[in-house]
Amino acid sequence: MRAAKALSYPAFGVGEPAAEPGIRAERIEKRLGGNDVLRGVELIVRPGEILSILGSSGSGKSTLLRCLNLLTIPDRGDIWVHGEKLAIRAASQHGGPAGILDHRQVRRVRASMGMVFQNFNLWPHKTALENVTEGPVLVKGIRRGAAAELGRHYLAKVGLSDKADAYPRHLSGGQQQRVAIARALAMEPQVLLFDEPTSALDPELVGEVLRVMAALAGEGRTMVIVTHELAFAREVSTRAAFMHGGLIEEESPPQEFFSSPVSGRLRGFLASHR
Amino acid sequence: MDGFVVQFVNGLKTTVLLALVSGALGMALGLLAAAGRLSRWRAVSAAVGFYTTIIRGVPELIIILLIYFGGTVAISAFFGRYVEVNAFLAGVVSLTVVFGAYTAEIFRGAVLSIPAGQIEAARSLGLHPWQTWLLVILPQMLRIALPALANQWISLVKETSLISIVGLTDIMRVAAIGAGSLRAPLTFYLAASALYLALTSLALVIFNLLERRFAVPGR
Ligand SMILES: Nc1ncnc2c1ncn2[C@@H]1O[C@H](COP(=O)(O)OP(=O)(O)OP(=O)(O)O)[C@@H](O)[C@H]1O
Ligand SMILES: [Mg+2]
Repeated sequence: MRAAKALSYPAFGVGEPAAEPGIRAERIEKRLGGNDVLRGVELIVRPGEILSILGSSGSGKSTLLRCLNLLTIPDRGDIWVHGEKLAIRAASQHGGPAGILDHRQVRRVRASMGMVFQNFNLWPHKTALENVTEGPVLVKGIRRGAAAELGRHYLAKVGLSDKADAYPRHLSGGQQQRVAIARALAMEPQVLLFDEPTSALDPELVGEVLRVMAALAGEGRTMVIVTHELAFAREVSTRAAFMHGGLIEEESPPQEFFSSPVSGRLRGFLASHR
Repeated sequence: MDGFVVQFVNGLKTTVLLALVSGALGMALGLLAAAGRLSRWRAVSAAVGFYTTIIRGVPELIIILLIYFGGTVAISAFFGRYVEVNAFLAGVVSLTVVFGAYTAEIFRGAVLSIPAGQIEAARSLGLHPWQTWLLVILPQMLRIALPALANQWISLVKETSLISIVGLTDIMRVAAIGAGSLRAPLTFYLAASALYLALTSLALVIFNLLERRFAVPGR
């Protein structure tokens, strides 16, 4: 069966995971509110790859994405980011929660992975520019002046040069999401994580955000995109994965993924989303 | 009567000082307690929950008496002879403890009303928890808490009058003494009312200015 298992393609850097770039997640398990949300997921994201993750609601897509930068701490399993293994304590059999062992490492790793959320999550008391510059200033210690320049550069990149001084409340959903993308970009991360970035938008605003994302994809960035926009995923991804019941059920290059899916569930999913 | 004008002025100073000191300390305590209540450490959270529940459930007057007499007993035992607790100090301690319990709940509610996503966004950039507090939580929390804090400050100003029960010469005690010695209770209590009303009105005006100054931009 083609690509039904995550590791069915040749692993890179065999025997020397410390040198491998990108992200590797092994046997990720997570239980939330009495549900086994992730049940041993295997995931590899290589540099320059654009991985789309699809699946029905509740299949564990967001949870998996959040495990990659430890906004959610997996109960079990290992994660390597740019060859560095994340120091986490597994959950105990008796219900003791999983924990972060090296907070400094986690902050460093988070700073190298930009995340864009479904609900934008801008800070309403800060202007668009401030939303973009606070990360570089506070985390990277960049001076305010230089950060403002950086911020304007990335606001221009998402087409919002004229909105630098606007507060989020004065921006449309699409504009807010583009500010959020600029905020992630300003950290100059090695990987971008998107969790349904257009799901909270009015239909007429989806296009402007997808166009920005497609442009980023064209720059050869490494991106993981959880999305329900099938046409977009088909067009920009280099690989697509289908999640079901806390596992990746099928993954393959977009041509095969969308044209000749193997699993019946994926076929059903694709048919119902046409 | 003339002598009482001077006494009222002194009483007013005492009342204002008592309110300001216990209000400032109480808010600091309330912030700490709110952080403790929201802490991941269950023991800390439970201890703070116990404190706010007890304090809010017992009449202030009893708390003042307990701290005054309890303090006297404790300090006398410590020095091995009878030492009376200073009434102002007892007032500051009891009002701080009370104010801290109420503002802790206000601050906690304000923190909880900040959408979790905003905090996650800060964490996802690699911010340290205290940077997240300073950047995201504190500025918004104070804004959200202002209206409830205004009410609490007004209550505080009025509650200072309870400290007169342990002998503090504040507005209330001056009025009571005058009412008794000059046999003009109505005059003196009306004068005291006017002073308290002036103080609470001033507090309201200040909070209105603060609310305007710190209005959420764009709303
Ligand atoms: N904090 C939580 N507590 C309890 N259950 C949770 C929590 N977070 C997620 N879940 C549950 O875990 C399951 C998977 O959630 P997740 O958000 O990862 O799904 P998803 O694939 O992203 O779905 P959607 O397409 O709706 O965003 C759902 O059943 C959800 O109810
Ligand atoms: Mg989701």
